[in-house]
Amino acid sequence: MTPDLPTIWDWLDQVPDPEIPVISVVDLGIVLDVAWQGDTLEVAVTPTYSGCPATSVIAMDIETALYDRGIRNVRIKTQIAPPWTTDWLSDKGRAKLADYGIAPPSPAGGPDTCPRCGGTHLTRISQFGSTPCKAHWRCDDCLEPFDYFKCI
Amino acid sequence: MTDQTALFEFLLRLGDNTLVLGHRVSEWCGHAPVLEEDIALANIALDLIGQTQMWLGLAGEVEGAGRSADDLAMLRDVWDFRNLLLVEQPNGDFGQTLMRQCLFDAFHVELLTDLTHAPDDRIAAIAAKALKEVTYHLDRSSETVIGLGDGTEESHRRMQTALDLLWPYVGEMFTADTVDDAMHTAGIGPDLTALRSRFDTRIDAILAEATLTKPDSIYAQSGGKTGFRHSEHLGHMLTQMQWLQRAYPGATW
Repeated sequence: MTPDLPTIWDWLDQVPDPEIPVISVVDLGIVLDVAWQGDTLEVAVTPTYSGCPATSVIAMDIETALYDRGIRNVRIKTQIAPPWTTDWLSDKGRAKLADYGIAPPSPAGGPDTCPRCGGTHLTRISQFGSTPCKAHWRCDDCLEPFDYFKCI
Repeated sequence: MTDQTALFEFLLRLGDNTLVLGHRVSEWCGHAPVLEEDIALANIALDLIGQTQMWLGLAGEVEGAGRSADDLAMLRDVWDFRNLLLVEQPNGDFGQTLMRQCLFDAFHVELLTDLTHAPDDRIAAIAAKALKEVTYHLDRSSETVIGLGDGTEESHRRMQTALDLLWPYVGEMFTADTVDDAMHTAGIGPDLTALRSRFDTRIDAILAEATLTKPDSIYAQSGGKTGFRHSEHLGHMLTQMQWLQRAYPGATW
């Protein structure tokens, strides 16, 4: 029996992002489309940053997860247009990021509050952090450094 | 020159610029003055290499000879590269690297902005993707050039030296040749004269804030994007970048 698309989306929502495992690839907004083409499941995935080294791991994780659910023919299609934006992060994903200690993206161009203590006196240390999608900040209230998910 | 040949050459220029600059910037990995800058440089290199995969991938598709992005990057020799002379120049000190980055970023942002309107959807899509990253690169490189230019006496001196050294490589970005003309006529490539004036507006503002003096010479080195005459530095860089594929042809992970 062919699983229906909502079920498949649900399965994909359980595939963690390899760099930030608290959110799923669906939370991250990088799964653009899922469709059956005959007996092949086509999954359209968009990269966050064009050089993100996690892209190929993500494709493999999606294939493996679907294979484990019994889907034998999966085709991952890389789609770069429209370009990924942090607006596609789900609300659930944003909340999980904050819980994990990563400040979610904010249109103001910087974090609103420290994800650890909620402090509002924040200093940017570097425009780049541990992955291309993050910047490095420090809270001047609790003095802890933290990652900020850049808004693009 | 057919339109298809011009398009192939044009795409090589885009991909070779990002490839060569990406490799140059990656040479800083583990050597930058502070950890945060090391990470920033590595991330910028990564963006540029990612963009290279898209541009050279499309170039190979347009060429239709079965060459992949990897083949184009790793199996061509100096004279086949079509990057600007600016991006192949050695890193020098940190200030020189950031000055080179800022000059290229200011050009790159304007170029990609124009390419997002290209009638070829494939080009417009890559440009839109890359533009988001490159806008961020320019934010950082211009801030750093301003910070160091308007910094200490020593940092100011180094930034002015870097600007004087690199300025002769700026003109090549805006000197149109047959490829540029063909692409502009086809509605894909930018009007380089208009691009120059937008570049000048940006760079003049950055340099003024950085308290740096723009050299008044308009002398422009040329020969990079046509492949006619690269500087000696590119060959040395390629021996590093390509050695594994040269020593073990076809090696894969």
